[in-house]
Amino acid sequence: MTGMRRSIVRGREVLMTIALVLGTAPSAFAHPQQSQGQGFLTGVSHPVSGLDHVLAMIAVGVWGAQLGQPAIWLLPVTFPMVMAFGGFLGLIGVHLPGVELGVAVSAVLLGVMVAREAKPRLAVAVALVSVFAVFHGHAHGTELPAGQSGLAYSIGFVMATGCLHAVGIAIGVAHKWTAGKVALRLAGGTVALAGAAFVWRALA
Amino acid sequence: MSAGPAPRSSAATGVVFATIAMTLLPASAEAHLVTTGLGPVYDGITHVVLSPDDLVAALALAAFAGLNGAAAGRLALFAVTGGWLAGGIAGLLVADPIVPVAVPIASFLVLGALTALDRRLSPAIVAVIAIAVGLLHGWMNGAGIAESGREAMGLAGIGATVFVVVALVAALVTSLGPAWTRVAVRVAGSWVAAIGLLMLGWALRGHV
Repeated sequence: MTGMRRSIVRGREVLMTIALVLGTAPSAFAHPQQSQGQGFLTGVSHPVSGLDHVLAMIAVGVWGAQLGQPAIWLLPVTFPMVMAFGGFLGLIGVHLPGVELGVAVSAVLLGVMVAREAKPRLAVAVALVSVFAVFHGHAHGTELPAGQSGLAYSIGFVMATGCLHAVGIAIGVAHKWTAGKVALRLAGGTVALAGAAFVWRALA
Repeated sequence: MSAGPAPRSSAATGVVFATIAMTLLPASAEAHLVTTGLGPVYDGITHVVLSPDDLVAALALAAFAGLNGAAAGRLALFAVTGGWLAGGIAGLLVADPIVPVAVPIASFLVLGALTALDRRLSPAIVAVIAIAVGLLHGWMNGAGIAESGREAMGLAGIGATVFVVVALVAALVTSLGPAWTRVAVRVAGSWVAAIGLLMLGWALRGHV
């Protein structure tokens, strides 16, 4: 009988404990994590998760390397700021028509520039890259999952995009050699073809 | 053994269970400063290292000052640290943060753009900018410490870390030789300005 009473009392203790813990439990912070690190990782992974963005960013770096000084550093300096301006426009609600198409067309044209080893005037090259940067920023800079830090996401997003440029510039070092020049032009053609597929998909 | 005293001891056991369970399920701190358990100075050190809004501003200022030469770098080092501590003490006393989002946004945009443009300025102007950055960020830290009821010594850790970070980075940038390394610093500046612009967008959207 005493053992049964003890069991009942112990069961009440457990229920009281559960009720107390549930009553004072912190908020859940379920799927969208609250941490700064999560926003940073989302920002880093976002640019590299879309092939259209990856190809265009690398093509910017390669084209800069083909163009030589001062484009090799002017394009990577200009692009993040103009891309952020595109993201800013998206964040404040400015509608930009045909964003996905603009991103796809950027891959085509940048691929063609690399394939042709085009060397327009510096201002033209910067203007072309800047126009595309607005589309890329508008398309990708505003896609922050709920509950994550905008600052951490922005840092990750900008850094990842800059690193893609750096990869392009590193690949562009091959421009020093004859075989490398041919390889880069072939790669540019491949990017243009992939861009054409993206255009097809955007129009479909 | 009678059944009489059992409920009282059971209640005590329940309280012990509840205390242990609640200790194992702590809520997130949500305080301005990080709690290291090593005291307020270490909390301040950790705060700078783990808070991108302060750390990126300090790094950007150091890069900008370093690009402007050794004299500007030396002046900025003491100006930003002094400004940070003065702003921290003022924020601690007033205990009211000015617009929280605006401070890092302004710092990122101005310092990032100046670094990306590589515009040469006189050491005096660099020092004025460093003091302004230090005052604003220090104010935010001081007000945060006051609001969360933490010890003022946290400011000492913050000031020391800012001094070390700015000294190391400014010295590194000043000593850069090859042209491409200077370009790399400018590219990093453009990243900071881009982050500031995106933050401005997030702020206007009400999400920072």
